[in-house]
Amino acid sequence: MKKAMNSALLVSLSMMAGLAMAQSATDDIAKYREMIADGNPAELYEAAGEDIWSKPMGPKNASLEKCDLGKGPGVVKGASAELPRYFKDTNKVQDLESRIITCMEKLQGYDAKEIINAGFEKGKRKDVEAVVAYVVTASKGMKINVPVKHPKEKEMYAMGEKAFFFQGGPMDFSCASCHAEDGKRIRLQDLPNITDQKGAALGFGYWPAYRVSSGNFWTMQRRLNDCYRQQRFPEPIYTSDVTIALSVYMGAKAKDGVINTPGLKR
Amino acid sequence: MKKLHLMISAALVVAASTSVMAQSKFEKDHTASFKANGQAGMDRLERDDTQKFCSDPAALAGKGDPKKREAIEKANMATIKQPSDGKYLGDWKEGEKIAQSGRGATWTDKAGTPNGGGCYNCHQINKKEISHGNIGPSLWNYGKVRGNSEAVVQYTWGKIYNSKAYNACSNMPRMGHYKLLTEDQMRHVMALLLDPASPVNQ
Repeated sequence: MKKAMNSALLVSLSMMAGLAMAQSATDDIAKYREMIADGNPAELYEAAGEDIWSKPMGPKNASLEKCDLGKGPGVVKGASAELPRYFKDTNKVQDLESRIITCMEKLQGYDAKEIINAGFEKGKRKDVEAVVAYVVTASKGMKINVPVKHPKEKEMYAMGEKAFFFQGGPMDFSCASCHAEDGKRIRLQDLPNITDQKGAALGFGYWPAYRVSSGNFWTMQRRLNDCYRQQRFPEPIYTSDVTIALSVYMGAKAKDGVINTPGLKR
Repeated sequence: MKKLHLMISAALVVAASTSVMAQSKFEKDHTASFKANGQAGMDRLERDDTQKFCSDPAALAGKGDPKKREAIEKANMATIKQPSDGKYLGDWKEGEKIAQSGRGATWTDKAGTPNGGGCYNCHQINKKEISHGNIGPSLWNYGKVRGNSEAVVQYTWGKIYNSKAYNACSNMPRMGHYKLLTEDQMRHVMALLLDPASPVNQ
C-alpha cells in the first residue's frame, strides 16, 4: 500500500516538476502541497534512513542506535528541534549532519574526512542524508528550540550573524541581500526575511526538504551550499563552521516556530 | 651591523604581525570554512571598502557613518568609464535576452562564458514578463517617463556600470566595475530601457 502510494506520488511529482517551470510556480507548489497533504516524497528517504540507523555496518559493524543527537543515546524524537547545539564529547557546536558524521566515525568506524570530502548524494554522504530525513521527521510539529546558552553556542550565533551580513564576491551579495526585508521575491520565488522570527521560521522550519525542481531530498547543508553558489562565493566546506554558525543564527531567530520538516519546496 | 640586522628583523616581525592582525578572528574562521571551486576562487572573500562597509547591518539599512558613505560613493563614481566610442544604446532585443538570463559567475558556470544581467530577478522591466522579482524598483516605461536627455543616459549607464556610486549599499551588482557585463552587453540593456522602440517604453 505504502509502495503504491509512493509510486503514485512519484508520478504526480514528475508532472509537478514540469509545472514548477511554469510562471506561476509559487501557486502550483501551494496546490501541490495541498494535494499530497501528508505524503511527501521525502518519505522514501526517511524509510531508508530508518533502516540505516538501526542496521549494524561499517568497520565496527555497529548500528547508530546509540548515537547521541543531544537528547541522550538513541533518542531521535525531538532531537533536530534543538540542533545545532554544543556537544561536550567533541567540544563543538554541531548541526545534525556533523553530529551524524561523529556517530558514524565513533560508533561505526567510518572515516569522517571521506564523508566531508564526498559530494552530495555521493558515497557514505548519501547515508547521512537519509538519516537526516529520518531524524527530522521525528521532530515534525514540534517547536524550534535551538539553544544559545553555552559560550560556544553564543560564539557560533555571533559568527552566524556576521556571516549572514558578510558581503563579498563579484556581485556584492550577502545572505542579507535577499533575506533581510519583508515581501521580497527573486522572480516569483518568495524570500523569507530571516532577520525576523516569522521569516526565520519559514526558512528554518521547512528545511531539510524534498525539492521538486531537482527531484531529490536536500539537507540544510545542501540548501546553504546552493545559497552560497548563487551568492557567487567560493564553496562552503561541508559541515564547516560558517554553515553551522548560520544554522545557529537562523534557528535562534526562528525560536518557537513550528518544524515542518521534511518540507516540500520548489 | 648586527644591531641593524636585529632592527630589521624586529621591524619585519611587527609588519608580519600587523598583517595577521588585519584579519579578525571572524574573518579567519569564515575564510577557513570555504574552498575554491572552479572560477569561484578564495579571492572572492577579500572584500573591498564598499563590501566591508555594507557588511554592517546598520550601513546596509541606510544608516552608519554618513561621511564614510559619501567617500564610498565618490570612490565608486570614479570607477565609471563612459562607453569608449561614445555610443550608449545597442539593440533592445539583445538587451531583453541579457535581462532574462541570470546565469554566470557561479562555481558551476564555465569560466569565460558570457554572463547574464539577471535584471528580471529583481526588477519588473517589460510588463509582458510576469515572472519578475521586486528587490529593485520597476523599470517599466523607464525611458518614456525620463526621456533620453544626456543626463538621463549618462546616469543610467553609470547606474548599470557601478550602482554603488549613487547608493553605497545598493543591492544591485556593479555590472561594469566587476566586468559582469561587457560594454556591448551594457549598451543592449541600455537600449531595452531607453530606446523609444523598446517594448518597455510602449
